[in-house]
Parts: sequence; structure tokens; C-alpha cells
Amino acid sequence: MKIAQKTIRFLSIAILAFSTATMFASSIDQHSDNQNDGERINTKEEVDAYILHHIKDSHDFSLFSYTLDEGERKHFGFPLPVIIWTSEGLVTFMSSEFHHNDDGHVLVEKKGLKFAKIHSKIFELDGNASSVSFDETHHATNAHKVLDFSMTKSVVGILLIGFLLLFWFSRLANQYKTKKIPTGFARVLEPLVLYVRDEIARPNIGDKHYRRFTGYLLTVFFFIWVLNLAGLTPLGFNVTGQLAVTACLAIFTLIIYSVSGTKAYWMHMIWMPGVPVLIRPILAIIELAGALIIKPFSLLVRLFANISAGHIVVMSLIAIMFTLKESLGVVGATGLSLVLSFFITLIEVLVAFLQAYIFTMLSALFIGMAVDDHAEAH
Amino acid sequence: MIGAGLIVIGAGIGLGQIGGKAMEGIARQPEATGKIQTAMIIIAALLEGLAFGALFLGK
Repeated sequence: MKIAQKTIRFLSIAILAFSTATMFASSIDQHSDNQNDGERINTKEEVDAYILHHIKDSHDFSLFSYTLDEGERKHFGFPLPVIIWTSEGLVTFMSSEFHHNDDGHVLVEKKGLKFAKIHSKIFELDGNASSVSFDETHHATNAHKVLDFSMTKSVVGILLIGFLLLFWFSRLANQYKTKKIPTGFARVLEPLVLYVRDEIARPNIGDKHYRRFTGYLLTVFFFIWVLNLAGLTPLGFNVTGQLAVTACLAIFTLIIYSVSGTKAYWMHMIWMPGVPVLIRPILAIIELAGALIIKPFSLLVRLFANISAGHIVVMSLIAIMFTLKESLGVVGATGLSLVLSFFITLIEVLVAFLQAYIFTMLSALFIGMAVDDHAEAH
Repeated sequence: MIGAGLIVIGAGIGLGQIGGKAMEGIARQPEATGKIQTAMIIIAALLEGLAFGALFLGK
């Protein structure tokens, strides 16, 4: 056991050292680009554009960047693989070939096709066009989007957190085979697991059925919570602020409560007993819309909006440094921004937990409504 | 912008009602605090979902 722990420690240090080395290596071969994303950010519009860019998913993992005195732009981060399905089939390359360009000026040629990245979306150029041309509303006229299966920043985040959770919880589970009380980090996780089981799953689903769904609820709770917390670190993940991710989680809940719904649950939805026959179809429409559209929609929008709004607020407060520089002076603006963003970040730590709790709680509630044996009681 | 303001005013009134009534309930029956809090959070979450949905669609 001692040896295993030492090996894990050594491996994690090695991975950290290796990734730092590749990070700096990748920064060395960056070419300078003096296009618009290489400029310093000063005005309100540039701050807005920067925040919107951060909220979106991106094809590379950039930690920070700065401008040298000669006007050269240095980026620190990892390139990520781009995997796209084009008119010529599957094409893969590293996102570093775009050289951090995001407005379609740098073209990548693969399999005789040219690709450009415009606002974090990969476009394929039509025919033998040699550059992307834009119309007045800044839409590309001679390029079209491709099917994008890339390992984007969010995908990396999901995989990273997924493996982390797998590692933590398999260790916790294994400890119960040999000891009564878990030791080490697992002792932190055990009360959280018990909390989800005893405070969320059992009271909302009921003593009879809760065991079946506790696994899903635990997974969702820790997935959302740890990803929310990862979003607060300087890594800059915004995974739970992506509509696709929250929609997927909401659809999981929808499928689970629809499939495990009892006969009485569906009867009450489609053909409500105890009300006049004429009203039953109207009630059925309302109930079906509620169960199949409104419930998952409220789940997905709540998580997405809360996390995205949190990120926007934190970044806007950090941007006070630049926007109020003239009126408050450098020291005043920086101090104000530090104080405000510190407290908002503390609130965001609470929100990270609260949103994971609410998502799990409402999932448990919806499942509980569907599997309840005595739904006739009301 | 006016729509966003109206949404926030509505959500604020709603949250105030929920929080105030929950406080009253807890003051009357302190032994039911846990149950009242759970119900309060669920209602607040539903309201918040509605408000965010409106903000999101209105944008």
C-alpha cells in the first residue's frame, strides 16, 4: 500500500512536471500575431468580447497571455486536437496550427481543404477560395461549418474531472473491503456521500425505492459540484455553463424519471382520474408539457444561467482594473476590483455547491414523483 | 433592458415572499425548520428557473 501511494505521488509529480514543460515548449514555438486578439484589452467593448469568448468553449487551453514590449504576443497553454468531419472525411490536426487566431485569417490546409477558425467555430472554405470573405454582419460568405468532434476545453474538463471522481470514489469503495472507517481523503468524501443519500435521495424518493437512484444522484451531484469548483480556478473551465452539457444532464434525468415512472404516474398524466372527461385532454396536454419539456428545461437553464452569470460577474469585476483605470487610478481600480472579485468569488463557491444541490434535489424530487406508489392519494 | 428589469423585480418580490413566509413558519414552529427550509429552497429554485428562463429568452 505504501509503495502504491508513493508510485501515485511520483506519477502525479511527473505528470505535472511534464505538462509544465510542454506548456512552456508550446509557448516558445508560438508565432507572433498582431491581429485583433493579440492587442491589449482596454476598452469596455474589448472586455465584453473577451468575457463572451471565455464563456464559450474553445479549441485550445490557454492559461494566460501577455504582450512583449516589441508588440509580440506570448500565449501560455496547451493546444488541443481538432477532430472534424468534412466533405473529404475525417480530418485531424492540432489547434496550435491556428496560432491562436480566431477571426479566420490563419488557414490550415489538410487533404486539399482549407480550414479557418472564426469565433471558436471551425469553418471549411468552399471550392478554391484562398481567404475567408465576410458580409456586413460579419458572417462568412464562402465558408461553411463542419461537424466538430474536437477535444475542446470542455471535453478535456469533463474527462479530467470524470477520471478524478472515478479515482476518488473507487478508492473510497475499496477501503470498505478492509476497514470499517475510511482513512485519508476518503474520510472527506464519506459524509458527502451520506449527505446526498440521507438528505436528498431518501426523503424525496422514499425509503422503498431510493437505493436504485442513489448512484445516479451521487454521480450528478459530484460531477456538477466538482466541475463548478474547477470553473472557479484559473484553469478557466466553463463546463457547467455550456448549454450542451446541462442539456445532456437534464435529459438523463428526464429519461430516468420517464422510464421508471409507475403506471399510476402515467395514468395521472395522460388520463387524470376523478375529473370530468372533457377536462382530461386539456389536463393531459398541460401535464405532458410539464413533465417532458418544462421540468428538464428549467433544470438545464437554471444550471447554465447561474454558472455563466457567475463567470460573467467575476470577470466583469476583474475588468474594473482596466475600465476604471482613468477615473480611479491604477491602484484604486486594482484595489476595488480585487476586493469585489474576492467576495464575489466566495459567493460563487457557495453557488457552486447550491446549484449542484438543487439539480440533484430536483432530480430526486421528479424521480420521487414518478415512482411514488400511492399517487392516487391526492 | 426594461424587460430584464421587470423580470428581476418580479423575481425579487417572489423571493421576498418565499423567504419571509418561511421565516414566519420557522418562528412559529422551530421544530419544523428542516422541512420548511427544504420546501423553501425547492420553491426558490423553481422561481429562479422561471426568472432565468425569461431572462434567457428575452435576451
